This record gives sequence, C-alpha cells and structure tokens, in this order.
Amino acid sequence: MPSTIQNLQIIPLDYYIFFCSALFAIGVVGVLVKRNALVIFMSIELMLNSANLLLAAFSAYRNDPAGQIFVFFIMVVAAAEVAIGLALLVMIYRSTHTIDINVLNKLKW
Amino acid sequence: MAEYIWLVPLLPLIGFIFIGLNLKRLKGINAGLIASVTVASAFLFSLLLFFTYDNQSGGRTIELFKWIEVHRLSVQFSFLVDHLSILMLLIVTGIGTSIHIYSIGYMKGDGGFNRFFSYMNLFVFFMLILVLGANYLILFIGWEGVGLCSYLLIGFWFKNHAYNDAAKKAFIMNRIGDLGFLLALFFLVREFGSVSYFEVFGKASQLPSGTTVLTLITMLLFTGAIGKSAQIPLFTWLPDAMAGPTPVSALIHAATMVTAGIYMIARSNLLFLLSPVTMATIVAVGLATALVAGSIAIYQQDIKKVLAYSTVSQLGLMFVALGTGTFAAAMFHLTTHAFFKALLFLGAGSVIHALHGEQDIRRMGGLKIKIPFTFLLFLIGTLAISGIPPFAGFFSKDAILLGAFQFGPVTGILTTAAALMTAIYMFRLLFKVFYGIPRFAENASHPVHESPASMTWTMSLLAILSIVGGFFGLPHFLGGSDRFAAYLSPVLATPIEGTRSESINLLSEWMLVIIPLILVIGLVAYSWSRFVKRANERGDALGNGWMVRWVSNKFYLDELYEAMIQKPVMWLSTFLHEKIEIGIIDKLVNQTGTLVVWIGKNIRYIQAGNVGYYLFYMVISIIIILFFNLFK
Repeated sequence: MPSTIQNLQIIPLDYYIFFCSALFAIGVVGVLVKRNALVIFMSIELMLNSANLLLAAFSAYRNDPAGQIFVFFIMVVAAAEVAIGLALLVMIYRSTHTIDINVLNKLKW
Repeated sequence: MAEYIWLVPLLPLIGFIFIGLNLKRLKGINAGLIASVTVASAFLFSLLLFFTYDNQSGGRTIELFKWIEVHRLSVQFSFLVDHLSILMLLIVTGIGTSIHIYSIGYMKGDGGFNRFFSYMNLFVFFMLILVLGANYLILFIGWEGVGLCSYLLIGFWFKNHAYNDAAKKAFIMNRIGDLGFLLALFFLVREFGSVSYFEVFGKASQLPSGTTVLTLITMLLFTGAIGKSAQIPLFTWLPDAMAGPTPVSALIHAATMVTAGIYMIARSNLLFLLSPVTMATIVAVGLATALVAGSIAIYQQDIKKVLAYSTVSQLGLMFVALGTGTFAAAMFHLTTHAFFKALLFLGAGSVIHALHGEQDIRRMGGLKIKIPFTFLLFLIGTLAISGIPPFAGFFSKDAILLGAFQFGPVTGILTTAAALMTAIYMFRLLFKVFYGIPRFAENASHPVHESPASMTWTMSLLAILSIVGGFFGLPHFLGGSDRFAAYLSPVLATPIEGTRSESINLLSEWMLVIIPLILVIGLVAYSWSRFVKRANERGDALGNGWMVRWVSNKFYLDELYEAMIQKPVMWLSTFLHEKIEIGIIDKLVNQTGTLVVWIGKNIRYIQAGNVGYYLFYMVISIIIILFFNLFK
C-alpha cells in the first residue's frame, strides 16, 4: 500500500508548477479586471491557495514537512485577512450601497 | 604651617561663593566687610607663613590630589611653597586687603556693590592659585581666571558700551598671549613629559644652552607674558582697561595681575637663562615698551590713563631686568611698584571721588589746598615712582639700571632714559592736578571733599610701604646687605657667567646712582617751571610738531591695529557671512526643502483614488521587481 507521499509523487512536479502558475495568473487577472471588491477578494484567495499548493507539492517531493507547516500558517493568516476584509466590505456597503471599486474613489490626493 | 597653604586661596573662594549666592540679600556694606575679612585672613596666614617658613632648599611641594592621569603624563594638583611664592602671596593678599578696604569707601552707594566684591574675591582666589601652583597647568588655571576677572571688572559698569568694548579688548588681547602660553605647555609636555616646575627644570638643566626647543618654549612663554603684562605689541588693552572702577585698576591692572607675566618668567628663570636669544628679545621688547609707553604717558590728559601708561612703562623696565638676568631686581621692582602704583591709583581714585567722577586733568588743578591729605599721599607715590631717595622706587630702579649697564652700555643708557621719563610724566601729573589755579566748576551742593577714612587709611598704609619698602633691598654699596635678593636666592638662579660684560666696580655703581638722580631732579625742576610757573603762558601741549602729535595720539597704534587686524577680520567675516553663509550654505539647505516640496506637489496626482489603478501599479511593480531580480 503506497503512502500518500508516494501517491503524490506519481504526478510529476512540473505539472504542479504549471497548474499553480495558471491558478496564480487567473488570480492576478481577476484582481486586475474585476470591479466587484468581493470578486477581487476571491481572486486574492485564489493566488494564496496556488502558493499553498505549490508549497505542499515541493514539501512532498523533498520529504521536508516544513513546507506543509507553512501552508497552515498561510491559511490562518488568510482566514484572518478575509475576516477583516469582509467586515470592511460590509461596512462600506452599508454606507455607500455599493462595492464597485470604480465608485469608491473619494480618498485621493 | 605650609601644609595648610590651601587655606589661603580657599578663604577668598569662600568669600566669593558666599557673596555670590547672597547678591540680592546682603545689605549695606556687609559684602565689602566679608570680602575684606576673607582676604585679610589670607594675608594674616601668609604673614604667619612668612615668619615661620625657613626652608632654604628650594621650597616644598604640597600635593592636594591627583588631577590628571593620562598615558605617561601625570599632573598633580599641588601648591609650591617657597620664598618666591610667599613673596607673591604677601603682595597679593596684602595689597588686596588694603584695596578691598579702600573699595568699601569708594564703591559705597554703587548699585553693583555686592557684585563688585564677589568679583574681587574671585580675582584674589585665582591670583593666589596662579602664584601658588606647583606646575604650569595650575599656573595656567590662575592665569585664565585672573583674565576672566579682569574682563568682568573692566566691564563692571556694563551699561556703558565703551566699557564693554574695553573689556572685550582686554580679554581678546590676553587671549593672543594665552595661545602662546598654551603652545608652550604642549611643547613642555612633549619635550619633558611633565608640567611640574621641578621636573621641567631638572630635565632642562641637562640640556645645553641655546637649544632650539628651549628657545621655542621660552619664546612662547614670553608671548603669554607679553599679553598678560601688556608689552609691545599687545599693550593697548591696559590703558583701555581703565574703564573699570579705580580700585580694580589699582589691584588688577597695576599691582597684581599684570605682574603675572613677570612672576611666570622669574619662576621659570632656569629655562630662560638657557636660551640667550629669548633673553635678548625680552630686553628689546621691555625696553621698547618702557620707552614708547613712557613717552605716551607724557601727553595723556586722563589721570588714570597717565598711570596706566606708567604701569606699562614700569612693566617694561621689569622685563628689562628679567632679560638682563637680574631676576631679583625684577621681583624687587615688582614689589615696590605694587606699593606705590597701588598708592597712586588709590590716590587718583580719591581725586576722582573728590571731584565726583572727573578724570580729565585739564579740569583739575589747585587741589593741594582742597584735599591736602590725598595730596600728601600722592606726592609720596610720585616721589617713590620717580626714583628719589629714600623712597622705594629709587632702590628697585637702581637695581634694574645696574643690571642693564652690566648687560651693555646702550641698554643701560636707554633704560635710564626710560626711567627718567617717569619723573616727567609723574610730576607733570602731580603739578597739573594739585598745583596752579582750579580749573573745575565747583558745585555748591557737592563740594570738593576729602575721602572717607576707610580710603585715606589704607592709602596711608601703602604710603608707609612706599617709603620704607626700598630698604628691604638696600644694596651692598649703600651699607645694606640686599636682603631682598638674598631672600629670593634659593629660587632665582644667578646668571650664567659670560652673558655679562664685566662686573661693575664701586665707583661706577655710585655714578649710576648719582647721575640719574641729578637728571631726575633737573627734570622735576623743569616740570615745575613748565607746568606750574608758566602753566598759563603756553597752554598744555609741549609743542605742536608732528612728533608730538604722533606721541600724543599713542603712535596711532590703535588705528594701526584696527587697519591691520580688525578691518581684514571684519571684511573676512562679512564676506563669509554674506557670500558663503547666505549665498551658498543657506541656499543649499533651502533649495533641498524647495525641491522636495516641488516633487511632492507634482507626483501627488498619482494617488487618483481609483483602487483599480492602485492594484495595477502594485502588480506592475511586483513584476518589475521580479524581472530585475531575475537578471541581477
């Protein structure tokens, strides 16, 4: 019975890298083109998770658990960030009735 | 006894601190009494020391504490007790006491009465440090301290702008000399690794005569003495220093502080004897100063200025004595000069006091009847300084002339001429102030009056000293035993053989006494006929040729200094301020600020408020950074 690590190593590392790059690029494009702040948040999460996946993959291939520990840390930070970000969005929505970033342009100069 | 020597400077210091802390609280003449008592007790202690101290072998060093320890240099805070310092102690505290008591009467009613006495006590403290120090560094503390007190007291009436200028002038001119002194200290440390008198003299006596480094050190020390003792070319501060109250002129600018240079050279006589070049320079400078200042004194119209130039001239004579190697004669003249010059200044103060602040001798005259006691004391002082026997100045001046003639005939004749000038300017002063018709406007509400007892009393003491002071140093050929020189002989080295031409025999010694005496009497007679008998015929000036104008304008020395030093320095300062400071440095600093403001003003539009743009900038920036890292 092969272990989880052995199962993971069936797929070559290159595939993981290509996949994560694609995921990250989708996240970047999402951040750049979307006008809805909530969708931008989701895109950011996408980028974070592509990085997480890459860390886990490298960790498995190098037999080094440190990468997976990092993943947990990033998840915790991401959760905290999302909590604050969503709270902010709720507050903005309550006062302006919109979360369109092109409308939210009062803070300048 | 000598172990408690630190008490002597400590007492005036306590007086200074006490009066200084209670400036506003002390009423009436209390501050004057406290100050006088502290100095008087210091004097009593010195007197006690004088009578109990009999160590013929070079003196005792009293170490108080270790002061500076760096590398190989170790400086002790220690006092040196020997005959020279005891003599100076007696002069400083003795004359200091009498002038303190005099000042109680003179300064009464002045708004700064308490301040005056705190400064005076501080001065006495520093002067005692100066004469007691067992090394050059402690001497230097006192040296700077008395300079400070001199500055404070010249500018005592600080609301008068001219007085402040005089104070600054004195301070700055002294500073030039102090630089020389400081450099000499550095050289001493470099060459001998010590500043203590004993160590320096011990090591220096191993060196051959006329070494370059010794010449350099002594020249620099002499520079310090030039500044402090008002010699050419730094003497112009002393006449201006007369801006201070008259007791200050008597104590600081006649009897004690200005003689610090003489004391310092006499103290380092071993070093100076080893550098003949410096000794010759001292003779030349002293002689030139004595002649120049003496001739200026003849044409001055301010009673205190005459005395000031007289002091400069007498100091010049002392330097001649130092330069010719007769250190004992210099110290002897220092002592007697302290007596009679203090007396003359106090007498002048009494005259000024009687005339309510009048200092111009053209508006005096006929005071003999009005203030007879002051006249008598002033007459004694004049006779003493002019060198008429048996007054003190006669003996000390004779000792200097003897040394000068042994040095060389030209020096001797010139020194005699300088000494004779004393008779002219002093008797001119005496006759113009006390004889003839009164030229002052008498005020009915403030009649001309004799000074209070505290002033006349102390003057009488100084007058007695001026009369008998000379007998301490009665020379051999007059039946004395020159006790003064014998007292100082453990400290002062005798000149090295060969620097003098030949010993002078008894006959020429008598000639040296008789001829100047006849000349002095002749000059006095001339002054009498000139300034009393025919005073109204020809006005005041002795003539009106270019030479007279030259001399009466003080050889235009102040103007020369102004053109040579003050103007260029002012020009340079203005140039540095207007062109360099404002034009370059200020502009640079201001332009930096302007640039930052300008940049900020222009790039703030990047912050447009659109979150999409910000995100775009962020991503682009990250990509650029990654790109640069890739190709680094």
